[in-house]
Amino acid sequence: MKRKSLFGRFAHGDTLFRWITLLFAASILLILLLMAMEMVKESLPSLQRFGWDFVTSSEWDAVQERFGSLPFLYGSVGSSILPILLATPLSVGTALFITDIAPSKVGSIVAALVELLAAIPSVIYGLWGILVMTPWLQQTVQPFLIDKFGFLPLFQGAPYGVSMLAAVFILMIMIIPIITSITKEVLLAVPIAQKEAAYALGATRWEMLRMALLPYARSGILGAVLLGLGRAIGETMAVTMVIGNTPQISLSLLAPAYTMPSVIANEFAETTSKLHASALMEIGLILLFVTLLINVMARLLIWSVTRGSTGGKA
Amino acid sequence: MLKKITVFVAASLLAMTTLAGAETLINGAGATFPYPLYSKWFSEYAKIDRTVKFNYQSIGSGGGIKQITAQTVDFGASDKFLTDAELKGAPGKLLHIPTVMGAVVVTYNIPGVAKGLKLTSEDVADIFLGKITKWNDPKIANDNPGVKLPDKAIIIVHRSDGSGTTSIFTDYLSAVSKEWEGKVGKGASVKWPIGLGGKGNEGVAGQVKNTQFSIGYVELAYAFENKLPYAFLKNRDGHFVEPSIKSISAAAAGAAKSMPADYRISLVNQPGKDSYPAAGFTWLLVYEQQHDKVKGKKIVEFLNWSLNQGQKMAAPLLYAPLPANVAKMVGKTIKSIKY
Repeated sequence: MKRKSLFGRFAHGDTLFRWITLLFAASILLILLLMAMEMVKESLPSLQRFGWDFVTSSEWDAVQERFGSLPFLYGSVGSSILPILLATPLSVGTALFITDIAPSKVGSIVAALVELLAAIPSVIYGLWGILVMTPWLQQTVQPFLIDKFGFLPLFQGAPYGVSMLAAVFILMIMIIPIITSITKEVLLAVPIAQKEAAYALGATRWEMLRMALLPYARSGILGAVLLGLGRAIGETMAVTMVIGNTPQISLSLLAPAYTMPSVIANEFAETTSKLHASALMEIGLILLFVTLLINVMARLLIWSVTRGSTGGKA
Repeated sequence: MLKKITVFVAASLLAMTTLAGAETLINGAGATFPYPLYSKWFSEYAKIDRTVKFNYQSIGSGGGIKQITAQTVDFGASDKFLTDAELKGAPGKLLHIPTVMGAVVVTYNIPGVAKGLKLTSEDVADIFLGKITKWNDPKIANDNPGVKLPDKAIIIVHRSDGSGTTSIFTDYLSAVSKEWEGKVGKGASVKWPIGLGGKGNEGVAGQVKNTQFSIGYVELAYAFENKLPYAFLKNRDGHFVEPSIKSISAAAAGAAKSMPADYRISLVNQPGKDSYPAAGFTWLLVYEQQHDKVKGKKIVEFLNWSLNQGQKMAAPLLYAPLPANVAKMVGKTIKSIKY
């Protein structure tokens, strides 16, 4: 009974436990608040100097100390939405293949490979991007796009290799394993009864997937997609290596662009002027804000989807 | 049980502090460009003086300046000299101690053209301003008789990350072109009129390698190690000079006459027939008045060593050592450090 003496004076272990967990939970909120406060403080010089111009101006000149973040905002949003659009169908398809279509042995091999992809560090993706993917884009894909679809503003300009397109491709490859493995878990969690009921009613496999499985897993899949989006918008290293780092807004996917995390990573270490550092900090603040906004929207979306469906509706 | 652990932890902490007490730890932070040389210096110096240990964080020149100004490190390192305002912001008199020199080379990818394309400084500026757009422009062709230059658009690649390499290169362009100075200026990150941004030397070199008819700039050591083709640049005295350890040292020797006592000088476009025009110092930053007697003494001893034995290690790592006349000046400056 000696062991108990340390906690002996607390009559209720449960109360203690509750306070400790509350402390842990509160610390997360506290860290977020402190970070936001510090970033606001550090970006004050830039906030006061530029005001709203900071988000509407496209000028980024460290020598003249004129800073506007619009091209970075554009680059970040573009380079995270497009990969999501491309990766979601691919990932959901792969997950369905693993859980419901492939023989279980093949499925588990594919699943293991997908998880392997998720474990590759982003700098490796970046190096592969520079050394293998961008030359391929430059010599094969982009000339083809210019030749066949050059009439669209999306595919105009010279084939440089490094471009928004390169960033979109590499991010797509990077988020597929995330969306796939979470979607896989979500699909596996669908009760067998749900599927068997569909089959019992005479559904084909496709009808079962479409009417019983996917609607049931809808909110989970959406969550997976949003996690992928979070990864895409925050990814720094791989994107910086292939996007071309040019602060401009161009409709063309072949043109180089720039993202918010990239400019911070590129310029922060060597800034000597206060205003420059402060402008980079403000970009960080905007990035934090955009990420929070996406998360809130995600919550709302998942909430409205789960409320609207209990599964089984076509 | 708990008591036992406490005793053990306390004992090991005590052991650690006594061990650490045997050697002086000197912290520094700053430039990434000279890091390979500095880390060699510190490991070699540790063999000579076992009572001192140098710890250097290569966080970038900006970080180095911030940390030495805030006195969170014992010395800083930078590829850029401090402005008068920055020096005033420091709590004591900061000395610039030049250690070695680096240079920037212009590299290109023109099928069939090896190293040695001759470029005047005005041409380099006009190319990077987007004014010379084709390789067979007469301005380039006239200096390169016998070289077959293609009728192709020049694709420009520059560094996207803030770097000392960009500082030297834009400093050089500002020195040779009024238009560059007015439109773009110099700095670790500038607003490029044209071109693609690659991350790091490897990003620029990779992009140039992959893209025909492109041009970019990288640090000399990187170009040598990767056997990239590079241009010979026309210096102030009108000679086309191949970038090399010798021609960089010549640039510093050419600047020796006008060398200010605090070494805050840019080495671009210096006189001398062998001077390579795109070179620059890298400096260590130390306070003239050291507050810690032991540390101050150790730092001075190390600086003297780096000026003699240390300089010999520079060339094999592709850094240009200080020319004799500058090294002599620096020796005097090191003597002025008080502790």
